[in-house]
Amino acid sequence: MKPSVVEHLVGPLGRKTISTLRAVHHASRLINSSFYWAFLSPFRGRRLRVRASVSEIVKAGYNSVPIVAVISLFVGIILALQSAYQLKKVGALIYVANLVGVSITRELGPILTAIIVAGRSGSAFAAEIGSMKAAEEVDALVSMGINPVHFLVVPKLFALMLMMPALTVISDCIGIFGGFLLSTTVLEIHPYNYFQQTVNALLVKDVVTGLVKALAFGVVITIVGAYHGFAVEGGAEEVGRRTTASVVASIFLVIVFDLFFTALFYFFT
Amino acid sequence: MMETAIEIRDLVTHYGDREILRDVSFSIPRGRTTVILGGSGCGKSTLLKHLIGLLRPTKGAILINGMDITVMKEEELNGVRKRMGVLFQGAALLNSMTLADNVALPIREHTRLEESTIQIMVRMKLDLVGLSGFEDFYPSQLSGGMKKRAGIARAMALDPEFLFLDEPSAGLDPVTAAGLDELILKLRNVFKMTIVAVTHELSSLYTIADHVVMLDRGQVIFKGSLEGLRASDDPRIRGFLNRRPEAESYSPEDYFRFIAGD
Repeated sequence: MKPSVVEHLVGPLGRKTISTLRAVHHASRLINSSFYWAFLSPFRGRRLRVRASVSEIVKAGYNSVPIVAVISLFVGIILALQSAYQLKKVGALIYVANLVGVSITRELGPILTAIIVAGRSGSAFAAEIGSMKAAEEVDALVSMGINPVHFLVVPKLFALMLMMPALTVISDCIGIFGGFLLSTTVLEIHPYNYFQQTVNALLVKDVVTGLVKALAFGVVITIVGAYHGFAVEGGAEEVGRRTTASVVASIFLVIVFDLFFTALFYFFT
Repeated sequence: MMETAIEIRDLVTHYGDREILRDVSFSIPRGRTTVILGGSGCGKSTLLKHLIGLLRPTKGAILINGMDITVMKEEELNGVRKRMGVLFQGAALLNSMTLADNVALPIREHTRLEESTIQIMVRMKLDLVGLSGFEDFYPSQLSGGMKKRAGIARAMALDPEFLFLDEPSAGLDPVTAAGLDELILKLRNVFKMTIVAVTHELSSLYTIADHVVMLDRGQVIFKGSLEGLRASDDPRIRGFLNRRPEAESYSPEDYFRFIAGD
């Protein structure tokens, strides 16, 4: 029997809705069990995977330090140059310090770090879990009575919840240092003045809101990577597809959450 | 009369809308090796996944030691799983860990033994499958047959009552496959385990089976002893045992209609 015109029109919409709802269902179950195994099960006598968490901290955090540092330094310099280009016109060159300090701590530090971590670790999470899924290793874990979320996702979640804020602090410091470097040499601002101006411009609130964002981004990146990893059904080709999808989705969601938090902090602090 | 270890009652299961298993009922005797036989796509691997609680059926019951695992909560099911060992088709060792860590994984997870005790247990299990000295190797450094042996060592880590083997000799050369069959026999004789093996290899079947269940298109077409299977005159069983290809099911008119896309 050939499908009717109505089916052609409404069918795809329905199928898309069902598949989207299913994805939401899977993702929320994953979030639920990740948080259960991370924060509730230790109180019910389950072991914390300290060694695995430390290994993830090294892989996701420590090994990201060089790339985060270099990119933050460059962005700090770029930001100082771009703001000097405008501020020079009104003779307010010293405000380069304010602009660099505030925009790095409130916005660019967390988001740059999140994008780097999503590209490095989020994709690695998806690829690792995905290839384990394809090789029946996840099934093997279940058959041994080991919860795959507890075994695979929780150490990654701890690692990113800890390392995203830590990397953001590094990014903040080095970004500001980049601005300082350029301002004191090319723009010929006195180092002490630049330092004073930055200290006066920055509020504890700016730094803290940045770190709260970073923490949330860490959760988003872990969950998205794990979700795409567990969604792998077929073989190697799908692992690749899911890895790409996880990077795109986590960068997108990081920016959505950034918008949300920025709006929240704008109105409520 | 043989004691029943696992009983499957009217199992029905679907992938989406497609029915994979249709009213499958049989029982698995304790302390014996049961082979689930069938061609590719007959649902035998799906059946195995139900037996180890990885998939839930649409309908029906699976009683392990009298308890229905299809209605158990995940937590209860994990209790049953501790008494099962599973060898997956590709062995499914964790590639990021050494063999010793792979075998130690279920022990570390479910017991609070001293590390030195665990090391001894690991060496015993690896010795049992003939892999002493390979403790520090990674799965990627092993051949296919060695991976399967290591998979068995891991499945045996907690001295299970039940051992499930998914295509144990698939993809192995005849000599390695024979060695593996030998190992399975040894496990049954020494440990009196209930072994369930899914396979389509006839040579394995003749070596290891005490009891045979044959599936065809999701239905049980034979259950009984190896002698019974050999003596059967069901054309599907004869075809399988004599390695005859299935008769073309298309008539020329059907084929024409099929390729014309109607």
